Amino acid sequence: MLHIVNKSPLEKNALDSCLTHAQAGSTILLIEDGVYAVTKGNKVEPAMKKVMESCTVCALWPDLEARGMQDTVIDGVKQVDYNGFVDLVAENATVQSWL
Amino acid sequence: MGFEINGKTYETDEEGYLVNLAEWDEEAAKYLAKEEKVEMTESHWEVVNFLREYYNDYQIAPAVRVLTKAIGKKLGPEKGNSKYLYELFPYGPAKQACKIAGLPKPTGCI
Amino acid sequence: MTESTGGIDMDEDSSGTVKKFAFINRKAPYGTVYALESLEVVLISAAFDQDVSLMFIDDGVYQIKKGQGTKGIGMKNFSPTYRALEGYDIEKLYVEKESLEERGLTEADLLVDVEVLSRADMAALMEEQDVILSF
Repeated sequence: MLHIVNKSPLEKNALDSCLTHAQAGSTILLIEDGVYAVTKGNKVEPAMKKVMESCTVCALWPDLEARGMQDTVIDGVKQVDYNGFVDLVAENATVQSWL
Repeated sequence: MGFEINGKTYETDEEGYLVNLAEWDEEAAKYLAKEEKVEMTESHWEVVNFLREYYNDYQIAPAVRVLTKAIGKKLGPEKGNSKYLYELFPYGPAKQACKIAGLPKPTGCI
Repeated sequence: MTESTGGIDMDEDSSGTVKKFAFINRKAPYGTVYALESLEVVLISAAFDQDVSLMFIDDGVYQIKKGQGTKGIGMKNFSPTYRALEGYDIEKLYVEKESLEERGLTEADLLVDVEVLSRADMAALMEEQDVILSF
């Protein structure tokens, strides 16, 4: 299953809710303001590192770059472009967007 | 809306400002100046080029007060005053010069 | 919108008096339109010769992060415009220290000169204002 989060982790509880529902083996894709969750030093970094033990975490590269956060991404996060985004949606039978 | 020079078309908004900044070239500037009844001299080009540089740096068209100050800083006090700029662009230096430079209407232009 | 503006007094009597205006920026750029809207109002407000302060707290600190490049998302990168504020005589930019820390940022990550204030000092600064505009 693919989980998509597009809200900043320190502004909305969408990421919190996603992390408490995502099962092992899921993929979590962060887009738009959601990408701040995978930047080093963010308050949610420990929570992201923990979920990365059981889930694949991806972040949309153009959104990281737009925000000037491209050089500060947590190690192990898979960076994808728009084609990668489409592939993820195609690979997963179900998609939950945590709006 | 728009105009055409030598087969190249330029799109403009309802007030005559270029829609796409990247389309601007000297030919477009000359056409827009003519529309504004401004005869382009070296002094006019200096201001127009200054504006394009300003936009490139800051991504906005400056308010006239800010333009005057910035020109004074760069080109000297004899040019950084509204008298000089209004002589070049009688209907408002920010508005007219911005239009000729292919920039959007200045923010904070009231 | 009298609530959010704290009641701007447009009476003729008040013309010429300088008030303390604070723009409080709490949103990240691009995800919502708040940051850009705020910046446009700030630029327009410069024409009124008021005592303007910009305060960046919470995700608002992301607005002035260095190194933004928006080609990939097809939106305008308005971060260079913060560097034009000085030319508009808007020089009071305050950033909350705790907000930076919670996001792994330091003053060196910011693209304009700012004064970094503690949360307590930021709260006190809010109290000093005549008018607060919230974004």
